[in-house]
Parts: sequence; structure tokens; C-alpha cells
Amino acid sequence: MTLLGKRILIAKPGLDGHDVGAKIIALALRDAGADVIYTGLRKSPVYIARVAVDEDVDAVGLSILSGSHKEIVFQTLECLNELDASDIKIFVGGTIPQQDYEGLIAAGVSGVFTAEMTIDDVLLAIDKELTA
Amino acid sequence: MNSDQKRKTKLDLTNEIKPPNVPNSCTPSGIEVPVIVTPDMVDFSNVGDPGQYPFTRGIFESGFRGRLWTIRQYSGFGTAEESNQRYKFLLEQGQTGLSVALDLPTQCGYDPIDPMARAEVGKVGVSLSNLAEVELLFDGIDVGGISTSFTINGTAAISYAMYCAVADNKGVPREKLTGTIQNDILKEYVARGTWIFPVKPSMRLIADTILFSNEHTPKFNAISIAGAHVRDAGCTAIEEMGYTLANGLAYTDELIRRGGDVEKFARRLSFFFYVHMDFFEEICKFRAGRRLWAKLMKERYNVQDPKAQMFRFGVVCGGSSLIGAQPHNNIVRVGTETMAAVLGGAQSIFTCAFDEAFQIPTEHSAEIALRTQQIIAHESGIARTVDPLGGSYYVEWLTDQMESGMAKTIEEIEQYGGVEKAVEDGWLQMKIAKRASERKQASDSGKNVIVGQNYFRRENQSEGVGEIFKLDPKATANVIAKYEHVLDTRNSSEVKKSLAALEAAALDDKKNLIPYLIDCCHAYATVGEMISTLKGKWGEFQEPVRF
Repeated sequence: MTLLGKRILIAKPGLDGHDVGAKIIALALRDAGADVIYTGLRKSPVYIARVAVDEDVDAVGLSILSGSHKEIVFQTLECLNELDASDIKIFVGGTIPQQDYEGLIAAGVSGVFTAEMTIDDVLLAIDKELTA
Repeated sequence: MNSDQKRKTKLDLTNEIKPPNVPNSCTPSGIEVPVIVTPDMVDFSNVGDPGQYPFTRGIFESGFRGRLWTIRQYSGFGTAEESNQRYKFLLEQGQTGLSVALDLPTQCGYDPIDPMARAEVGKVGVSLSNLAEVELLFDGIDVGGISTSFTINGTAAISYAMYCAVADNKGVPREKLTGTIQNDILKEYVARGTWIFPVKPSMRLIADTILFSNEHTPKFNAISIAGAHVRDAGCTAIEEMGYTLANGLAYTDELIRRGGDVEKFARRLSFFFYVHMDFFEEICKFRAGRRLWAKLMKERYNVQDPKAQMFRFGVVCGGSSLIGAQPHNNIVRVGTETMAAVLGGAQSIFTCAFDEAFQIPTEHSAEIALRTQQIIAHESGIARTVDPLGGSYYVEWLTDQMESGMAKTIEEIEQYGGVEKAVEDGWLQMKIAKRASERKQASDSGKNVIVGQNYFRRENQSEGVGEIFKLDPKATANVIAKYEHVLDTRNSSEVKKSLAALEAAALDDKKNLIPYLIDCCHAYATVGEMISTLKGKWGEFQEPVRF
């Protein structure tokens, strides 16, 4: 894997306070050699896009379990676009019903992850997207 | 070939790793269980009788023979009107208490038009931004005759004030109100994340609510100290109980500091936990926690009244033990967990719907969850005698083991400098994140068997969910329209006056804030306005981001 040295922002957008998944992924990415920045809770899409650009990250992982993933993801993509940063890959994790995967991917998301996936599979998927 | 055999073949073919053919000898909390437990391994003198100190066998002499547990399903979504309809449906179906789920803007103190809130209005619960919404929620429901539980923490004092105000408007005397607000802020900093203010003013607000409630709504539980969320966030059953009791001690100290009488307020402290899948560990978790709490109350605070030593608790069966793969299997999980809750002596039980791992339950799945409890209550016979497992060598042995593990967990926090410090520093948050990682690794590696997830998989695992719950897309617009109508029609000088009085009281530690909040509610001040007023004086919690 080539996650070594990749810069990844793990973000908790919106008001959802369930941060276990975000932290598990952050720890796993760090163990895999990535530089991980974690935003903490309750960040707006505008803030997340700004941090992503300022920190010059390769990817942003958004963790959402409140059912607001569509609105929040679309807003974040828009904000990144406005900052000319649509090259930054976006991954989404959390409670995401299967019927929403397609729409998220079509909008520009590089991967959707749920609790059932193993950490190794998540890391491999991120790695694949970042080296593609 | 009949269809059964076909299914078998299919399962075997898609099964990638061979499952172990013996049970794991170690419990999820790390207790190594002997093949046989013999009487000499148990100290029976510690057990006692039901209804007697130290309450190992339950707080009631006659167990469920006196009264069955409260069946309390968590629900609430979209608008107050929709939730009101579902409550009426559940009450008609034999549910005995209401449980209100609130949306995140209400829980975090934002009005529905706030940019932080807009995407979340009505998503995980009902939006209750002002008294008019609460009036709609309880329209046609006798608040004096039912018990209502609000899962609310950061803004719990406001929900409580709203409930008092709604009773006032309906002409129901406040002392008739029964129910619970979660109101447990300490665990929010660690797991659930709906904190608003720094730790100290938050503790004040909680003490205000409890002290006011004890006096004016004596049948209402103004706090439900919850282990459920730290459990779901990753910690073990022993840690869940240990951390929760440590939080209970922190609230007790704060209430005593504020002049509360422990013999009085301890009678109304209640607790709330998850039940996960390890059957005996869950049963013994409750027996051990109940005994340890009674001992702490008696030995540490010299509490004499047995009612103030009693550990009363509600549970939720499901949570992160439910998985999205082969979702109907979750019905069996919830059934098993419900039996553990009953055998552990729970006072109220909420059963998750099988589809809750990935969506808001439908009316169909919510009904199955409710029926699960009714089947266990009325068909299984396990509630027939008090603590039917009492005296079992294994159960008493495991109860002892769990209790000493919990005592160690409490000691560890106290040695660090107490819960408040552990939370402010992010120490507890980090510990739990590490545990969550370990738990995930144990299931990824196949060490813990999770049927359908890491073993016994098949193609199209999430098939068969059936109906998918759809939120009314117009719900957000409806909530905002009602909100704007309230702003336009209320008496704004009353609002200003009540908020100014709240602001002044916020700076005076000796004042109890609840009467001021009730005045704000009556004036139709919004949750966002009340919270901003308090934030202006108290500031906000600065999350220690450590991982």
C-alpha cells in the first residue's frame, strides 16, 4: 500500500456526534502511514473544504450517521469546487442506505464505506483511488 | 432437492472462512470462563434477597409479579404532527410509555433556520424548537396519565421546561408528570457528542433540573445516567457500567455541593444501558452494577433509605449489535437481548427494530420490535418468578467477577483525577476510541463471530428488508413555516423580558435556572434563543481532539 505520506482529512460534518467510525478510520490510516488530520465534531461543509485546501490534503473522509449525508456531501463537493479543489477525493462513511450509493458516486464521491466493511477493505479502496 | 437443502448448499459455498466449532472461552469484557463453575468458587453471602440490600437479586421483593417492566419504544421523526400520530398508534397497540426522539438541531440548541441545522431538521427525531411544537406533539395525549421519556442531554433542561409548560397550558398539575429526561451530559463529551457548554456550567444546569424536579415534579426522573452510548462507542460491558457509575458519583457530588439531600435526590436517579449479545455477561452486568451502586451509596455517602440505594435502570436492546447484513437475523438478536434485560431485572425496555442498523424503522419493523417484548412478557414465562437465575453457580460467579472489574474501572478514573478532568482532557475519549478499534479488529479478523458479517455470508445480504421508510420531503419546509409563524405571532416584548431574566440568572450560581426557562417557554422563546443567551455567558465546550 502507498498510503505512506498521503494527507487525509477526516471530518465530522453537521450535528451528528457519533465519532467512533471516524476515529477508527483515522487511527487505521495513521497506522498505515498516512498523515491524518481530524476535525472534531460539528463542522460545516464550508469549514471542511477550507481546511482541506489549507492543509493540501489528498482526500477527505466524511463521517455521517444522521441521514443527512446527501445534503452534506453535495454541499461539501460544491464548496471544494468553488475553491478549485475538485481534485481532492471525497469518501463517505456512516449509516448510508444502499439505495443512496449510486447518487453519491454519480455526484463525485470516490467511495462509500459502511460499518460492515473490514478496515483492510476500506484502506485498500482508499489506496486504489489515491494511486489511480 | 427441496428449498431448504438448496439454501444450505448456497450458504456453505459462499462461506469464505471456516467458523470455529467451539465457543470462545473468554467473555467480550475479557473474563476467562472456566468449563465448570463449582459452589466453592462463589461467595453466596454477597447475594442477599430480592428487594433487600445489596439488591443483587433486584430492587423489588416480588420482581415482575408486582408489575411488568415498562415497554417503551423510541420514536419520533419529522414533524410534531407525524410523531403525534405514531404515538397515538403505539399507545393504541398497548405501549405503556412514550419515548421522544428529538432531531439534532433541537438536541444541539439550534433553531431550524440556522445554517448548521438546516440539513438535519426532523432527521433523527422530531423538531421541537418552541412550545408550539410541543403542544402539537402532545395534542390529544393526556400528559398527566402517561410517562414520557425524552432522549435529550445538552438541551434537556429546556425540554423539561417545555414539558412543564405544556402541562401548565393543559391544566395538568406539574406534580402529576411522570417520565424521564436523559440529561446526562458527561457521557455526551465522551460518546454521543451533543454537548454545548463547558463542563462546569453544564453540571450546574443538570443539578438545577434535578433539584427543581425533585420539588415540583416528584414522580419525574430528571436524569438517566447512561452507559449505552459509551458502550456503543466501543467499550466493554464492565467499562460501560464502571464509567456510568463513576458519572453517577460525579452527579451525586455536584448535587451535594449544591445543597441537595442525598437521601432524597438519590431516590430519583436512574440509569440507562445497552444490552448486547453476550447473554450471561449482560445479565450479570446488571446484577453486579445494582449491587455495586447500593454499596457505594451506603458506604460512601452513608445513605440509609433503601429507596435511595436502589439502582433503577432502563435498557435498549440492539444498537451496534445489529448489523445490516441479513437484517432479519436482528430480530433474533433483539429477542435474546430482551431476555437478558428481563433476567437482569430492567425497569423499562426499548427494543430496536431489525432495520434500525441502516434506517428509521418502518411501522412494520417497529411493530415486530414491540411484539418481541410482548411475546417475552406474556408467552415465555421468564418473568414468573423473581430473579430465576439467582443462586446459579455460574451467574453468581460471573456477577462477582463483573463487580470487581467495575470497581477497578471506577478507581482508575478517580486516580486520573475524576470524570470531569478525564473528559476535559480527552483522556476518556481516547481510551474509548482505542477500544472501538480493538473491537473492530476482533470482528475483522474473525476472532469474534458475527453471523452474516464475518461468517455465514451469502450473496445479496441486505435483501428482504422490504418496505423502506421515507421521510416526507416537505417536512423541513413545514417545520420552518411553523417556526416563522411562531416568530411572527408571539409577543416579542415577553420574549425579550424572559430572555433577559434568564441571562441575568445565568451569572448567579445560586439561582436555579429552571423557572426562568419555563417562563421563556411560555413566552414562545425558541431553543436557539435560550441556548445562545446561555452561550453568551458561559461560552462553549472546546473539544479536545485527540485520537
